[in-house]
Amino acid sequence: MPLLEINDLQTHFRTPDGVNRAVDGVSFQMGEGETLAVVGESGCGKSVTANSILRLIPEPPGKIAGSIRFRGVDLLKLSDKEMRRVRGNDISMIFQEPMTSLNPVLTVGRQLGETLRLHQRVSRREADARAVEMLRLVGIPEAKRRLGEYPHQLSGGMRQRVMIAIALSCRPKLLIADEPTTALDVTIQAQILDLMKDLKAKVGAAIILITHDLGIVAEVAERVMVMYAGRKVEEAPVEKLFRTPRHPYTQGLFGAVPKLGSSLAGNLTKLAEIPGVVPSLKQRICGCVFATRCASATDLCRQSAPALELKAPGHLAACHFAPKEALAA
Amino acid sequence: MLAHIFRRIVATIPVMAIVALFVFSLLYIAPGDPAAVIAGEQASPEDVEKIRKGLGLDRPFVSRFGEWSWHILQADLGTSMFTGLPVTQLIVQRLEPTLSLMVVTLILSITIAVPMGVIAAWKAGTWVDRGLMAFAVLGFSVPVFVVGYVLAYVFALELDWFPVQGYTPLSAGFWPWLENLVLPAIALGCVYIALIARITRASMLEVLQQDYIRTARSKGMGQSGILFVHALKNAAVPIVTVIGIGVALLIGGAVVTESVFAIPGLGRLTIDAIVRRDYPVIQGIVLLFSLVYVLVNLAVDVIYTLLDPRIRY
Repeated sequence: MPLLEINDLQTHFRTPDGVNRAVDGVSFQMGEGETLAVVGESGCGKSVTANSILRLIPEPPGKIAGSIRFRGVDLLKLSDKEMRRVRGNDISMIFQEPMTSLNPVLTVGRQLGETLRLHQRVSRREADARAVEMLRLVGIPEAKRRLGEYPHQLSGGMRQRVMIAIALSCRPKLLIADEPTTALDVTIQAQILDLMKDLKAKVGAAIILITHDLGIVAEVAERVMVMYAGRKVEEAPVEKLFRTPRHPYTQGLFGAVPKLGSSLAGNLTKLAEIPGVVPSLKQRICGCVFATRCASATDLCRQSAPALELKAPGHLAACHFAPKEALAA
Repeated sequence: MLAHIFRRIVATIPVMAIVALFVFSLLYIAPGDPAAVIAGEQASPEDVEKIRKGLGLDRPFVSRFGEWSWHILQADLGTSMFTGLPVTQLIVQRLEPTLSLMVVTLILSITIAVPMGVIAAWKAGTWVDRGLMAFAVLGFSVPVFVVGYVLAYVFALELDWFPVQGYTPLSAGFWPWLENLVLPAIALGCVYIALIARITRASMLEVLQQDYIRTARSKGMGQSGILFVHALKNAAVPIVTVIGIGVALLIGGAVVTESVFAIPGLGRLTIDAIVRRDYPVIQGIVLLFSLVYVLVNLAVDVIYTLLDPRIRY
């Protein structure tokens, strides 16, 4: 049984001027201990997908449909109370903004111990001891003193470490990291990523890593899912995706990554940008969602939506023209 | 922390000094001659002049202010022109009912208004929210004396749940004391409840949008824990502020409420003193109310630092 199996996930938001289909029919699976990266531009539905898994979407105006099976149980069918037992315990989450994700008026120790006390029968003293242990694990010096400190007394990197400690304190099976390093300095980013890799080995949690930084993807992910306009457009093991991206959107993303030192080497080529913007998700899109921005779009693309197809072993892409490898029979 | 509290206490001294100067000047600013009032309508100008001298009203402002201040520091607020009794004694006699009314109103209002605002914010946009806020608007717009008479009519005369009016001292027992204060406290608290509930709702609405609320939810925290622990503590600074400011409302409202419910408190004393132009009594009461207000705001300042660790002066 896969750890997580999502089928035809649809997260829609009712707005005054129509329904916003933020996530529109996304399906994927994850095994135990696997690391899946979800990439795409801003507004392509990555975060909404992540928040939908933990049902953190406010309903209404949001509405989640489809199925999210976690170890065989459909999370969308659980009561609020049952769902609370999953959050922070079986599945936990780290967010993009370490500056604002911690409660400014509660101590670090309180916020860390709270998760333990919500899900496990531990006394306050035990919770404190475990909190110190977790802070040490995420590499925070003077852990004991930090328990009594408030978030504003910590740096951004430290706060994200605290967030990780909170997320991992109940040893979840799945950790969802929504752009965990975007708001941090580059050097701190590397530290946090190393920490996540290290802890993954220790705790054994599967990770969904949401990012728009392809460098991070190459570094930590095993499999990559590319999202565009609320849909999955490509999915492949990381080496395959980096070697032969098959969807024009994925190719566009790679083209838009600056190469370190390229301008110094006299190579003054412009970064290849993807023209245009993500289409409005409030109208039904017929044809390929990427057709309006795709250089090689034809009438076929504009009229019929390409299905996700196996283009090579383990490599899915939704494009009429993506080259197909001869699949071993 | 302690140093901060000490500094704040010291800072109230010049505030009170300015208040004292203002209160003292009232005698000069206000129209009417107290000596003439005491002398009565049939007095000759010589009699009035004699009384004026006797009161020391003919001496220069500064020397009289100095003497007056010195006496105040010794808790001597002077002598009532009308009854001839020391003002301090008059005030102390009337202090308990008013203080009781204000404390009960304060506690009652906060315990009703804060949960009301929190629930309205949680259920924002639903009929629960609209109902609670409509109630708040009502509480804001109906005057104290109307609410007072309606409450007395329904709950005292018709239902006979509470006494119609009067006051029982605390020394006669807690329940008899409280019984007499419930209706006046609700009447007086209406505006206050409406004010606190609206501010609580607005402040909570903003806090509930914050990232750390989503974090709390992602940990598996229940709705009440999110609302009353994670959100309310963050939303508390404006709420505490308005509670402090609202004490002024209570002081003004207490005067009216006391006459509606025939409570022998400072409100009645104030009205009587104003009607009789009994300046020493008026000065004493204004000074006392100012002191209460200054102390409440001092408490508010101290509570800020307890609520939000980022506030340091």
